[in-house]
Amino acid sequence: MAKYQVLLNKALCKSCEICVELCPKKVFGRDKTGKAEVVNADNCIGCLICEEHCPDFCIEVREK
Amino acid sequence: MREVYQKIFRDNLPHIWCAGCGNGIVMSAFARAYDKLGLDKDKTVGVSGIGCSSRITGYLDLNTLHTAHGRALPFATGVKMTRPEFAVFVFMGDGDCAAIGGNHFIHACRRNMDMTAIIINNYIYGMTGGQFSPLTPFGSKASTAPYGSVDRNFDICSLAIGAGATFVARGDVYHTKQLEKLIIEAHEHKGFSVIEVLSTCPISYGRRNKMPKPMDLMNYIKDVTIAKERADKMTAEEIAGKIVTGVLHQSAAVEYNEAYMAMVEKLEVGKNG
Repeated sequence: MAKYQVLLNKALCKSCEICVELCPKKVFGRDKTGKAEVVNADNCIGCLICEEHCPDFCIEVREK
Repeated sequence: MREVYQKIFRDNLPHIWCAGCGNGIVMSAFARAYDKLGLDKDKTVGVSGIGCSSRITGYLDLNTLHTAHGRALPFATGVKMTRPEFAVFVFMGDGDCAAIGGNHFIHACRRNMDMTAIIINNYIYGMTGGQFSPLTPFGSKASTAPYGSVDRNFDICSLAIGAGATFVARGDVYHTKQLEKLIIEAHEHKGFSVIEVLSTCPISYGRRNKMPKPMDLMNYIKDVTIAKERADKMTAEEIAGKIVTGVLHQSAAVEYNEAYMAMVEKLEVGKNG
């Protein structure tokens, strides 16, 4: 059971791919428009690398 | 962390910065550091000049001033002079700080007024179309240097140390935890604190220098930087070409407002006696 919940506000995403590349657990992928998408939510370890490096404040990682 | 952002931001996102711009990363590090410092929003002033990075003050729900090009520090000096109890944070870009405001910068360092200057160095004038700035590395391409810049670049941290700043640090947008810590330390230091933040500009700088993707620049920053604690143990040859991050200089000197008030007191005593 995943301990963390990854919330993504796609309205703010500018498709920079920083989260896709930096996530050590490959939680993020890209959707058809190139924006970030949560593909492996269960893998999240709550390191917050994505949240701290997202320049557009799209990502929020919450403890369940 | 969402709560932190809601507390400090004005709720006017999305911001104007391009995809992958480091300014957003600096702003989030600042928000977290600010939250940890526990300062009163009504007693904090954010001052910025002109440029992409200077738009930061437009998103922060503090007392903010978006001032003339290169003149963020003189405005901040005025604020701190009249309201010494306020916490003052100054946001500047590399061109804003080192070129247009270069003279103001060295004199602010010399005066040692208690404030924190955050210089977001994206190596280029991003907003005006990618002209080279005094911090563009030698040989890098820019719209005004299509074959590579032949101007030697400033080391803004060495410049600040030479000009007399009492706290000088360098952070970057890849190591966000370190950046957050540096902002807290810089604020807690009594005197003029300078933080140079190595940032990314994929559009104006990266595209011209074979690093078109935001992650290319992030990886470049990751590879080129080295923490001061590690660099201290290495030889000069080993750290050649690397950029040292961390607290580079810290010293104690008389703070400007204190010196000024001491002078006022001295003269008042003289008048009454």
